[in-house]
Amino acid sequence: MKRILPIGKEAVLAAVLVGVSVCMAALSPRFLSIQNLLEMTRHFVEIGLMALPMTLIIITAGIDLSVGSIMGLCAVILGWCWERCGLGIWFAVCAACASGCLAGLVNGVLVAFGRIPPLIVTLATMAIYRGLALGISQGRPVFSYPESFYVLGQGYIGPVPVQLMVFAACAVGVGMVLAYTRFGRAIYAIGASEETARLSGTPVKTAKLLLYGFSGLMAGLAAVVYVSRVSTAKADAGLGYELDVISAVVLGGTSVSGGEGSVLGTVLGLLTISALRNGLTLAGSPAEVQAVIIGSLLVFAVGLDSLLRRRTS
Amino acid sequence: MGARELSIVLFLCVLLVAVGVTSPAFLHPANIQDILVNSSFTVVAAVGMTMVIVAGGIDISIGSMLAVCCVVAGNAAKAGLPTALVLLLSLAVGLVLGSINGALVAFARIPSIIVTLGTMSIMRGAVTWATGGYWVRDLPPSFTALGASEFLGVPMSVWVAGVVAVVGAFVMRGTRVGRRIYAVGGNPRAAELAGINVRWVVFGVFAACGALVGIAAILYATRFTVIQSNAGVGFELLVITAVVVGGTNIMGGRGTVFGSVLGVLLLSVIGSALTYKHVSAYWESAVQGVLVLLAVVSDTLRPSRAAKPGFSLFWRSP
Repeated sequence: MKRILPIGKEAVLAAVLVGVSVCMAALSPRFLSIQNLLEMTRHFVEIGLMALPMTLIIITAGIDLSVGSIMGLCAVILGWCWERCGLGIWFAVCAACASGCLAGLVNGVLVAFGRIPPLIVTLATMAIYRGLALGISQGRPVFSYPESFYVLGQGYIGPVPVQLMVFAACAVGVGMVLAYTRFGRAIYAIGASEETARLSGTPVKTAKLLLYGFSGLMAGLAAVVYVSRVSTAKADAGLGYELDVISAVVLGGTSVSGGEGSVLGTVLGLLTISALRNGLTLAGSPAEVQAVIIGSLLVFAVGLDSLLRRRTS
Repeated sequence: MGARELSIVLFLCVLLVAVGVTSPAFLHPANIQDILVNSSFTVVAAVGMTMVIVAGGIDISIGSMLAVCCVVAGNAAKAGLPTALVLLLSLAVGLVLGSINGALVAFARIPSIIVTLGTMSIMRGAVTWATGGYWVRDLPPSFTALGASEFLGVPMSVWVAGVVAVVGAFVMRGTRVGRRIYAVGGNPRAAELAGINVRWVVFGVFAACGALVGIAAILYATRFTVIQSNAGVGFELLVITAVVVGGTNIMGGRGTVFGSVLGVLLLSVIGSALTYKHVSAYWESAVQGVLVLLAVVSDTLRPSRAAKPGFSLFWRSP
């Protein structure tokens, strides 16, 4: 890419985002108001929180299909603990995040030490965790949380939604780790060539275990934000989210064959998708049309990338 | 019969006997027929999915594809087209959609998981948009009669699934095309050097999978008198689960049609057994997931040369 255009992938994505925003602003004058842009972010935070670890996992040439189901399981555990344990809402929040982390670690153990392809491991645990969520809750939602809990999903700091601050902090943290630390370099090394990384002393198994555990933890956090936003804990929380998460990461320039990608790219990918959704909704276009447009954009973007790559090599 | 097929058959027998002894109604011919009819369209799609996965790809768009074919077939039948033409039309629509996937994977060289993720969203959006979310109702009796018809006391859909499975197994085992599919999935570079046109083989398996989904759609659409607009949501996961349980390696190069058919039957029998044992349906997906893990873990424990995954078109080997 760099040899044809003297700019990086992120610059291309930023240009696409600007283009999309201009189109959306032309379609609906309300799109570019500060208030709308801030409200728009409220809806992508849950996807975004899971997209951060997914970026790292896809860079190692792995994948985690179970994040949507972990989110459902954590939402159910949050509701269950709040209703049954009587130890307060913040205990329930901690329990939800901890169980998310545990669920992720189970994936990690199977991938790193069981040597089973991540696609299969997380396909199986996607079914298992969703089944557990449905089985534990028996399909019954849990309502009525204390007022203080709603701050996370419905409150503001100044004009900014609280969860956007949470997401921004997480994105900066994960971005720094990936770009500037040895662990970050190890993630790229594993994706570029796992065998080489192992032979040069990178703790491949530990790194994978940590990444899948982190992915589960963030899915737990996404569940907490979700429950706080919609005021209901139900077992179908996060159903199908894994595909939205993967779309955002891939649109952000992370290659599914590993070794390439950045957190900035993922954030730009997320913003592009949510700007499209929000703008089209404001312009009165139905959700089905949005699905068609976003699906086409995904195939087109990756196809173009693969074409340019073949030209340069 | 390989080790995986044998163990599934044994497991199926144990399950049938164990549940049958405690609740005899489970083994009643009506229930067995119900299980077979309900797995017929999954079997047809699983044959196509087996080919795609053996060739080293994956197709997660088949659920949306099933919905497109069902809605097209349903509306064509309502418009008064003869049933034979409706069947051909559904097959052709599936073939075209599968070819689009195949062309994007084989010639535009986009990883199949990305292509089909995109087309899944596009096709689902298109079908919901076209139907407005409404069900296709008032299907003509001549069309739905297809689902109720029997031959030699066995429902037509079971015959169709059986024929597709036998033909699929023959193609994969006994023909040059089949050997090429295994070769491409096992190691595409070696296959290329051996003179196989890898691109066309990959295109072909996606097109074939699409055509088979077109047939599955007819079996699905003729079961009831209406077609829901959310037909086939999650169908791709059920089929992939069945194929993996049946012993096909997700990295490509290994797997049999017979194993996949057994995988589908196992999932259906377990689903029915859970109902008979009064286990809440909410647990069903957890049971399926555990089954996949058991199947794959048993794979890694078995020392075998063939278990070593090769380079895959959509995934890097671990």
